[in-house]
Amino acid sequence: MTPALQFRDPERARVLSETLASHARALGRSEPVSVMHVCGSHEQAIAKFGLRASFPSELDVIMGPGCPVCVTDTPEVDEAVALAKQGVRIATYGDMLRVPGSSISLADAMAEGARIDVVYGVVQAAELARQTTDEIVFFASGFETTAVATAAVLLANPPPNLSILSAHKYIPPVMEIVAEMPGSKIEGFLAAGHAATITGWGVFEPFVARHGIPVVVAGFEPLDILAGLVRLVEMIGKHEVRVDNCFPRCVTREGNRAAQDTLWRVFTPHGGMWRGIAHVPNGNLRLRDEFAQWDARRRFSIDMSSLQDRAPAALVAQCQCGDIMSGIASPHDCNLFGKACTPAAPVGACMVSTEGTCRIWHQYGGHPDLRQIRRRA
Amino acid sequence: MCLGVPGRVVSIDGDIAQVDFWGVTKAIRLDVIDEPAEPGDYILNHVGFAIRRIPPDDIEATLALYEELIKGDSGDLMTADIQGELAAARAEEGR
Repeated sequence: MTPALQFRDPERARVLSETLASHARALGRSEPVSVMHVCGSHEQAIAKFGLRASFPSELDVIMGPGCPVCVTDTPEVDEAVALAKQGVRIATYGDMLRVPGSSISLADAMAEGARIDVVYGVVQAAELARQTTDEIVFFASGFETTAVATAAVLLANPPPNLSILSAHKYIPPVMEIVAEMPGSKIEGFLAAGHAATITGWGVFEPFVARHGIPVVVAGFEPLDILAGLVRLVEMIGKHEVRVDNCFPRCVTREGNRAAQDTLWRVFTPHGGMWRGIAHVPNGNLRLRDEFAQWDARRRFSIDMSSLQDRAPAALVAQCQCGDIMSGIASPHDCNLFGKACTPAAPVGACMVSTEGTCRIWHQYGGHPDLRQIRRRA
Repeated sequence: MCLGVPGRVVSIDGDIAQVDFWGVTKAIRLDVIDEPAEPGDYILNHVGFAIRRIPPDDIEATLALYEELIKGDSGDLMTADIQGELAAARAEEGR
C-alpha cells in the first residue's frame, strides 16, 4: 500500500469517524455542537473528500474568515483601483482581480486600460520592479504566513520602485471577534497546520485563556482533519480548555522564530475592517514607519473620490459573505448563491477566491453537506 | 494557498535554493525556513519561500498526496492551485 493510501486508509477513516460520532453523541446536546476552522485549504479538503457526509449530525463544522482575499475590505480594493486609475502599475494575485470594490474591481479597471500584472507572489512582483523603471505596487493579501514573505523581500534590498499596498491580515485577533459575536455558537477552533508552523501553537494560548474555547492545530490530509476534529470534540466534552497540537510533525509551541522576527520587524498589527465581518483590533498588518518608503499608502496620494461617484456594484447589498465568514450563515442561506452569484459572475468575494466558502461549495456540487439531504429525505 | 508545494533542493547559493518541483526548477528563498536545508532535502514552498524542511520520514507520504492532487481534474480547486504554482514556475524557468 502506498503511503498516500495509508493516509487515506479507509479502515482508519472509519475508526476516526466512529470515534468522532461517539464523542459528539456523548456531549448529549439537543442542538449540534459548532466548531470553526479558519483556512480555505481545510475547507477545500473537507469539500473535496466529502468529509461532511461522514460527520455526525451532532457536529457542525463551519468555515470562518479563512480566506484572505475574501476579507480584503472594499476600501482596500478601492485604494488599489484608484492607484491603478492614477496610472500606477499594480501587481497582485489573480484572485484579487475580481474582488469587488465600492463600484469597480481591478479587473474592471484593467478593462478600462489600467496596467495590472498578475503575479504568484511578492518575489515575482519584486522581479517585475527590477525589470522596469515603472513604479510597481504589490497589492498584498494573505495572512501572517504570506506576510512573512512580503517582509523578507523588504528586508533584502528591495528595488526602489517597488511598494506594498498591504491588505495582510492577522488571524488570532479575528478569532476573538468571531467568538464574541452575538449569535456565535462556536465552541472550538481548528487551526491551520502550515500557518502554525510559523506562528507556533502558542500563538493561540492568549485566545484560549480569554475565551475558554479550545483550539486544535490540524493538517490538511482528510485523516488529519478527522483526527483534529476527534480531539477537538473530545476536549469540548471534557472541558479541556487549552491548545492541542494534532500536527506535531512540524508545529512547535514557539514556531519559527526567525520567520516571526522577519514578520514583526517589518509589520505592526493595526486595527482595521475585515470585509463584511467587523472592525478587528490588531487584525491588519501595517508596514512599520521604518518602511514608509515602501508603503504605497505613504508613497502615493491615493484619490478615491472618483470611485465614489460611480454606482455601487449591483446586488452587493444582498451578499451574505460577511455572515458566512462569521459562521452565522451558510451559503445556502444566501438567495444569490448559485443563481445570481456564480464563479463566472461572482457578486461577493467568497465566490471569487478559490479559498472562499461559496466558491468551494459551488465547486464541489453546491451542497457538500450531504447530511442535509439525508435529513430532508 | 495554505497548502504550499513540496520540492527537492537541487543546489544552494547563500539564501537561495534551486528547487525541483516535478521537473520544474525554481529559485526558492531559504531565509525563513524552520530547519537548515541541504541539497537532497525536501522543503515546502509558500509563495517563493521555503517555510519548512519536510522531515525525511514524511517525504514519501507528502509527495504521494501531492501526486494524487496533481493528477486530478484541473477543475478541482486543490489541483488547480498546485498546477497554477507549477505553471508559474515553468514560466519563470523559461525566461
